[in-house]
This record gives sequence, structure tokens and C-alpha cells, in this order.
Amino acid sequence: MKYPYFPGCTLYTKAKKLDDAGRECSRRLGFELDELPDWTCCGATFPLVNDYHIAMSGPTRILADTKDQGGSQLVTLCSVCFNVLKRTNVVMRTDEERRQKITDFIERDYHGEVEVLHYLQVLRDEIGFEQLREKVVKPLTDLKVACYYGCLLLRPVKEIGLDVMENPTIFEDFVRALGAEPVDFPYKIECCGAFQVVHSMETATRCSRDILANARLNGADLVITTCPLCHFNLDDRQPEIRKGDPRFQTVPVLYFTQLLALALGLDAAELGFERNLIDPLPLLREKGLA
Amino acid sequence: MKTRISREQVQDDFINKVAEISGENFFNCYQCGNCSAGCPSVDEMDLLPSQVVRYLQLGLADEVKNCRSMWVCAACTMCHARCPKGVDISRIMDALRMLNLREPKAAARVDVTDFTPEYLERAPQIAMISGYRKFLPL
Amino acid sequence: MGEVTELKGQQPACQTDDGAGATCACAAAGGLEDLYSVPVDRRVMVIGGGICGITAAIDLGNADYRVVMVERLPSVGGRMLQLSETFPTLDCAQCTLTPRTVESGQHPHVTLKTCCEVVGLSGEPGNFRVRVRQNKTYVDWSKCTGCGTCIQKCPTKSYALFERDAGRMTAIYTLSPQAVPNKPVIDADRCRYLTKGKCGVCAKVCPVDAIDYEQQESYFEVEVGAIIVATGFDVYDWKTKMPELGGGRLPDVIDGLTFERYLSASGPTAGRMVRPSDGVEPKEIVFIQCAGSRNPELHKSYCSKVCCMYTAKHARLYKHKVHDGQVYIFYIDIRSTGKGYEQFIQQSVSEEGIIYLRGRAAKVFQEGKKIMVQGADTLTGKKIEIAADLVVVAAALVPNEGAEELAEILGLTCNKDGFFVEEDYKLSPVDSGSRGIFIAGCCQGIKDIADTVAQGSAAASKAQVFLSTIRRQKKQAV
Repeated sequence: MKYPYFPGCTLYTKAKKLDDAGRECSRRLGFELDELPDWTCCGATFPLVNDYHIAMSGPTRILADTKDQGGSQLVTLCSVCFNVLKRTNVVMRTDEERRQKITDFIERDYHGEVEVLHYLQVLRDEIGFEQLREKVVKPLTDLKVACYYGCLLLRPVKEIGLDVMENPTIFEDFVRALGAEPVDFPYKIECCGAFQVVHSMETATRCSRDILANARLNGADLVITTCPLCHFNLDDRQPEIRKGDPRFQTVPVLYFTQLLALALGLDAAELGFERNLIDPLPLLREKGLA
Repeated sequence: MKTRISREQVQDDFINKVAEISGENFFNCYQCGNCSAGCPSVDEMDLLPSQVVRYLQLGLADEVKNCRSMWVCAACTMCHARCPKGVDISRIMDALRMLNLREPKAAARVDVTDFTPEYLERAPQIAMISGYRKFLPL
Repeated sequence: MGEVTELKGQQPACQTDDGAGATCACAAAGGLEDLYSVPVDRRVMVIGGGICGITAAIDLGNADYRVVMVERLPSVGGRMLQLSETFPTLDCAQCTLTPRTVESGQHPHVTLKTCCEVVGLSGEPGNFRVRVRQNKTYVDWSKCTGCGTCIQKCPTKSYALFERDAGRMTAIYTLSPQAVPNKPVIDADRCRYLTKGKCGVCAKVCPVDAIDYEQQESYFEVEVGAIIVATGFDVYDWKTKMPELGGGRLPDVIDGLTFERYLSASGPTAGRMVRPSDGVEPKEIVFIQCAGSRNPELHKSYCSKVCCMYTAKHARLYKHKVHDGQVYIFYIDIRSTGKGYEQFIQQSVSEEGIIYLRGRAAKVFQEGKKIMVQGADTLTGKKIEIAADLVVVAAALVPNEGAEELAEILGLTCNKDGFFVEEDYKLSPVDSGSRGIFIAGCCQGIKDIADTVAQGSAAASKAQVFLSTIRRQKKQAV
């Protein structure tokens, strides 16, 4: 199976490891991520005011390109891109007036034909977690994982529709398929502070601290995420959090594709953990996974 | 200090503009406070999210125009997800930000030169782009 | 043991159905002789044996009508049987209810048909033919003396709906020691013999061989002139629908009806205030009002009406048991419009030191042994966090299970929330819109006991008016 794939800007640079592992795993699982040619940035925010059409021109062009190249689906790995493309697509499908304005402006014919999918959905709905379990070569036994969803993978539920809002389980089911143990983690849907990290650093620090402390309290060895912005907040804020609270126990933060890659037999040394501030390798060695 | 409210104020142009571009009817809100109870940014806010809506209901435009809350909202949309009346406060906050940033003499809320090279080397593009969209004049 | 021996050989207390008589429409019904001693236009069926149905039945019986009361549970009393004390007077619910349940059981003109459900309706107003299913009890009540030995000896003690999360019940049980009728039934889902084929203790110890594991359900038909529907309410399924409140995964987050069982002197803890997880007395307790109510976007749009009052009552009863405990109540508005209700609320605040926090609670979760509650107090403009020992959610109240199916059978209309629609909310509140069928109590809309009882009496009165009209028409026709 071949899926048109939109990596997005961050996955080409700062979150290259999210992309690399995702692509390698897809090969091992028997599906192909076919990168869209000449893609542009998705805009990184879905405009929440209804008179800011220009912000939707980028994501609409991406969706129209997908359609023109014969794609009926578009897969993303990054939560931000996923959210922006998915919500833009909802506008294309449900708001004729705005759709027309935007498509006229970019001179494209698009009516929301493409289905925007997150990689996790491909694993759940197309591959199947049971089949995934069978392909695991190195089960992540004894590994306790806090599945951090954050905001953009879930909300708004009516538009995103990936899982239920208050207690989603897709990530936990994924982790179980890899042989690891998901922990019950009440902060899994709380915000990490998102873009406030460029404006109100204390918001991002406090939010990240609450999430990480809650993960630790519930016995997590590590936290996984789908989002490079969440990853940045959760990983990079830890030295600062520790300064404020010496009792704070650091937690490694991994991309879900890195965890998947480990279970599918990739060597931990190839997964690019050198960029992590909180190095997961000691933990992975201790668990016999590296 | 007493606050006088009036028809002109409740039906103020700015208030109407916020309603228009956010697409939200402030009068759907019955002030249960669920949004404030679940908001991650409350510590940095001067008005609770529910209070922002209350000020808009009463037409207290100046207080809302100058509030800090809109700038520290992370657009996580938890307020909307849990609102019993379906009010999307993240849209209202974005409308307030946008109207502010569209002012002719709007000030940038972040200064790119403040970021250290180390920070810029680490921060993902999505952080910078979404940040600029929320904090720089249009 | 002496008692058991003494009971042996005694005649069964219940009458058998063999001599039901020529007037009885169906032999299986049994015990309907009194009902059939009068013409059909003097007979009324009451569906639901809660305080509403009981009130209607007694009123009608006293007016010399003949009543058959159909109740799904093994005994009458309804939700009120689960309550501890009632607002605004703090009377013991059992103490006020029991005289009424006993009266309904002993009334010469009221026939109880428990473990029964209405499954069909034919005929016409003034001459209805109602088909009733007698569900399996696994106990031959015509033999059973109600000695209770089977209950004492039953080895199974497990979760039972009646006790909610507060305690366990034996698999053969009565709903209370004063149950009317005081005959046990077996819960087939929990009984060892019926699920695994092993045990049979109750059959062995029964002195009159009343246990009948092979019992089948049966059907009978009753002819009545009018029907009163009083099927009551249930608690909204907050455990699956509201994961933000712990979704039933946190043992120390319970709903108000469960809390009633903890408070009740006849409940599983004999009224001792403990929390479910570890049996420790909770010192900080949080009540969350409007859980699922007043929420058109995600849950129920209506106000469940009784939560403000029962939460204040819960808070006070808790303080009476735990003097040094602290109570917090998250509320949006206080609705205390009944007689003496506002005074009750004021007294709760000023005399019991209960802290009302004006805002909704967004989320609760476990942290160690505490339940963390995240809420807001819009009066101070603060986001509030409380580390509680126990959290009680005033979950929305909804029509009882099966109300929509019953509406289908009886030709009633339900609103979008499943409550029966009245002919006119203000002027004909207990008329269903179907002639000869009346609705009363919480099945029409959530209301407190006082209003429920008033509607029960109203429905009884309207049923009499209807039947006398029918009689007059018949006379004129002749």
C-alpha cells in the first residue's frame, strides 16, 4: 500500500528522527510513504478567526496537490501538520463560501476530496495493531510508557475524530502492540504550552513540568509523543524544571516512531537520540533494548 | 470603582467585531467556569477565560482589549472541548489577538533578537511559525 | 435452627393460583380475585412501585377502586428505598417510606405484582387489556415463608445494582429487611448454581422447598379501565460518558445515589462514613454538582432539579458523621425553590461551614491516595485544586431504563431526553395525551419526593375522574 505523505518543515530538520523512523518502519510494515513533490509549509497554525483566509491557502494547496497527483489520502506524522490539514479540509468540505474564496485565490479546484490521516491511524485502521504485534521482533517488555497525546492530535474532536477526547486509547493500544505497558496517565491530554514557548516561557515550563511529573508519578519510564513541538517543550524544559525543583525526576521523551522502530528491530544507536537533552539510552540499556 | 454599563457599550463595535470574526455568541455562555477550571495558562492570565467572556457580555471592551489572557492562551482548545454550551474560547482569544495585531501601530509581542542561537538551533520550526502568527503584527 | 423446624409444615402464606375464579382473565395471574371483584371501570393498573406509584395505588384503593401495581424489582419502594435521609427535614427515608410500602402490601384493594413488566397493551381506554411478564424469581413465592435462611446461608456476596458501589449483596436477596413483599429472589447473573451449576445451598437449606432453579418466566393479562405510569428515574451513565470524572476507574469517585447507600443506616456500612478504596474515613470531601446536567453540548441539556438540595443534604449528613471533615461543593447556581429549601441551603453554609465554590469542576484524577479535583471559583477568579479523599458527583438523572420501550407499548410520547410528554405542562400535567393513561413522578420529568407524591395523588384523582366519565357514558348508552 502506498500513501501520499506530507512530512512538513520540522520533520526535515529538527525532528528528522521522527521522520526517519517513521519511513523505515513503514517499509518494515509493508507500506510506502510517498512524499509529495514540492510541498510547502502547512502554516503551523489553523486560523481560529474566520476572516483569515490567507492562512488556509498553504494547507489547501497541499491538499489540492495531493488530489491532483491522484491521491485520495494524505498521511502526516506531525500533530501540528495533521491538525492544520485536517481542519482546513473540514472547511473545504463544509463551508462553501470560504472554500470558494480560498481556492479562487490559489487558483485550484478543491472540495475536500482528500482524506487526511495520521500515521497512527494507518497503523490502527489499515495495518491493524494485532498485525503490528506479529511484526514486532523485539518486544518492549517491562517498559512503562506514558502516552502523551497533547492537544492537536485530538481536538477539536468533531473535526479531528481520531479518538475520544477525555480518555483516548489509540496510543495505549499502539504501545501494547509493541509489548510495552502503557501507564494510566491523567495528564495525557493536557497542553504542553505549545507556541507559548516563544512568548510565555513560564507557561510552557509549568505545563511541561505538570505533565512530566504526572507521568513519573504514575510509574512511566518514558514519555512518547507524535508532535515535535510537544517534544521540544517536554524535553528541553527539563533542565529548567529541575532548577526550580531539585526533586524533579527527569524523564526521557521519545517520538512514537522511535519506539516503534526499536520494537521492529532497529538499533537504538540509529535512532538519533543524540539530540535528546534527557538521554533515553541509559534507560533503554537497562531494559535490554539498547 | 463602579462600572457603568449601557446599551451603547454592550453593543459596542469592537465587541461586535470580536463576535463576528470569532464566530462565537458570547451569550451562549452561562458562566459555569468549566473553561477556567481546565485552562493550562490560568497562572499567567489576568482574567480567567470565563471572565474574558463575561467582560465581552457586559461590553467592557477596554478591559478585554488590554488583557494579558489573550496573549498567554496556548490555543489548546480544552475550553471548547469541555464547554457545555460549545463556546470556543480559543477562537475568541484568537480574535482578540488578531484585532490587536491588526491595529496600525500594533507592537510585536515577541522579539526575534531575544532568542539565543542555542534556542533557535533547538526550537522546531512549527514553534517559531505558529508563534510569529500569534504574536507579530500582520 | 429452632425457628426453621417450627416453620416446617406450616401452610404457605401466599395463596396459590388454582382457585382464581371465573372473573380472572388468566389463571397464571393469581391473586387478582380482589381486582376482578369489581367491573373493569373500577380497576386501575399502576406501573412502577416507587413512592409515586404507591401513593397513587393507596389513594385509589382508599377510594374503593381496585388496583394492580406492577413493579419490575422484587419489592416496592423504588428509589426512595435507597435513600438515607430526605431534604429538607432530614427524616429517615426508610422510616417515612416503610408505612407506605406496608400499607400498599396489606391494602385489601391493592394487589402487588413484583418482578413483573408490562409487555403489551390492547383494548381501549376504559377497557384496557395489559399483558404482563412475570420474570423469573427462582423462588416459589407460594411456598416461601420469608424466613430468610437462604439469604443467611448464601455463599455469594458480590456487587449488586441496588447497593451501587457501596456494598455487596448475596445472590439470593431481598432489597431490604422490611421488603414488601418480603420474599427473596435469586440474581441469576451472580448465583453460583445458575452460572456454574455448583452450590445449591439455598435449595438445601430452604425448609419448604421453595427454591426452583428451573422456574420459567410466565405471562398473564389483566383487564383494567385506566393505567398510571410512574416508572421513575435512573442515574446518567456518567461512568462511561464522563471520563474526566474518573470514568468509574477511580473507586473514590462515586455518585450521589451511591453516597446515599453509605449514609444509610440500613446500607452496607450501617451508615459508617468510609471511602470505597480503603475503608478510611474521608476528611476532605468534594461534591460536584451538575455533572452531566445543563450540558446541551455533551450530555443532558436540562437541570436535574434535585441535586442542589440533595448535595446540601449530603454535605450536612457527612458533617454530622465527620465533625472535623471539610466539605467543598462545586456549583453553578443553587436552585432551592421548594418550601423551606432556601433556608436549608443557608443553614448548611452558615452552620456547617460548608464551602461552596462557584464553578464547575473540569477534571478529577488519582494522585497517590488522593483524588485531585480541578475546578474553578468564578467569584474569586481562581482556578482551584483540591486534594480530596472522596468525590461525590451529582450526576444527571435520566428516565428509568426501559421507559422508551414502555412508551412504545402504551402509545406514549417521549421527549428527546426520554421523559414522557404530558398533554399540557401547566394545565394537564399528569394526562399523557393517550386517554385513560396517566403519567406521574420522575418519568415525566425529574422532581423531588414532595412533587412526586403530589403527582401520584393527582394521577390517582385524574384516573378516577376518567373512569367515572366512562361509567356515565356507559349508563347513558344503556
